[in-house]
Amino acid sequence: MTIDKSMNVLIVDDYKTMLRIIRNLLKQIEFQNVDEATDGAEALAKLRSGSYGLVISDWNMQPMTGLQLLQEVRADGRLKAMPFIMITAESKVENVVAAKQAGVSNYIVKPFNAETLREKIEKVLGHA
Amino acid sequence: MLEMATKTDTRLSGKLAALRTRYPASDPEMVAEVVREVLLTMRGDLSARETGLLAEIEDLGRVISTARAEIAALQVDDITASHIPSATDELDAIVAHTAGATDSILEVCETLDRVAGGLLGEPAAALQDATTKIYEACSFQDITGQRISKIVATLKTIDAKVAHIVSAFGGAEDGAPPPRAAPLTLDRAAPHGHPPLHGPQLPANAMDQTGIDKLLASFD
Repeated sequence: MTIDKSMNVLIVDDYKTMLRIIRNLLKQIEFQNVDEATDGAEALAKLRSGSYGLVISDWNMQPMTGLQLLQEVRADGRLKAMPFIMITAESKVENVVAAKQAGVSNYIVKPFNAETLREKIEKVLGHA
Repeated sequence: MLEMATKTDTRLSGKLAALRTRYPASDPEMVAEVVREVLLTMRGDLSARETGLLAEIEDLGRVISTARAEIAALQVDDITASHIPSATDELDAIVAHTAGATDSILEVCETLDRVAGGLLGEPAAALQDATTKIYEACSFQDITGQRISKIVATLKTIDAKVAHIVSAFGGAEDGAPPPRAAPLTLDRAAPHGHPPLHGPQLPANAMDQTGIDKLLASFD
C-alpha cells in the first residue's frame, strides 16, 4: 500500500523542542504537511476543524493528557478512525495497556530513533 | 519512728488550730480528711515495674530533649528556606541551559538539511543521515527534563518530611498537632481512572520498544 505523504499530520507535545525534533524527522521521511499543538485541548480543536490523516501525540501534557485526547478522538464520530500514535517516556505495562485499551494505533517509547518512527507510521497507515 | 510520728501529729494539730482561728467557719475535720487523702496518694513504695516505667519515661524525655537540641543545632530551617529552593533553582537552570543548547543544535541541523536539499546523490544522503542522528540524539533533552522533574519532586518530598520531623520534635508553640507530611510519591497525578505517569524509567526497570511491540501484539 502506498502511503500518501502529502497528508496533514498533527504532532502534539507540550515541549516545543520535541515538536521541532519530530517535525524535522517527519520531513526527512518526506511528510511535508506537519502541524503542531502544544496540548490535548488545542489538538482536539485543530482535529475537529481541520483535515488530518495522522496524529502523533505525547502522553504527559496538561490540562488534557495524550490519553484523554485519544479517548476524545475515539469518541468523536468523525475522528474515531484517525490513526493515532503515542510517543512517550511512559514505558510501564499499565500505561501501554491503558493506551491500547483506549484505542491507540501504535506506541513509541522515548528516546526513539527515526527508523522506529518511520516503521510505526508505515505500519499504522498501512492498516488505515 | 514513734517520736517522729508524734512530732508530725503535733505540727499537724498546730496547723489545724491555726486554720480554725483564721477560718472559723471551716470544718477542721474536713480539712484533715483532705490532707489525709492527699498523703495517702503519696505514700507507699512504687513497684519495680512502676519504677522501671518512670525511668523509661525520664529517658524518653532526655532523648526528646537531646533530639530537639540537635535539630536546633542542625539549623534545619535552612534546608527548607535555602538549600532545597537553591537546588531546585539549579536544576531548573540546567534544564534551561540544555534546552538553549539543544535549540542551537537544532537550528544548525535545519540549516544543514536545507543545504542537503540542494545536493544530489551520496553527499545529500550522507548529510541527511548525519542530521537524522543529531535529531535523534537531541531528544535526550526531553528525557533529561523529565528526569530532573522527578528529582525536584524527590527534593520536595524530602522537604516535607524534614518539616514534619522538625514540627514533631520541635513542638509547635501553639500546641497544634504537627502537619501531616506529604505522601511519598514521585509519580505524577493522572486523571481519575487513568494510570499514573511515571516518567522515564531507569534502563534496568524500563520496557524497551521491543517489549512494548510484543505487548501490543498480544492484544491482536
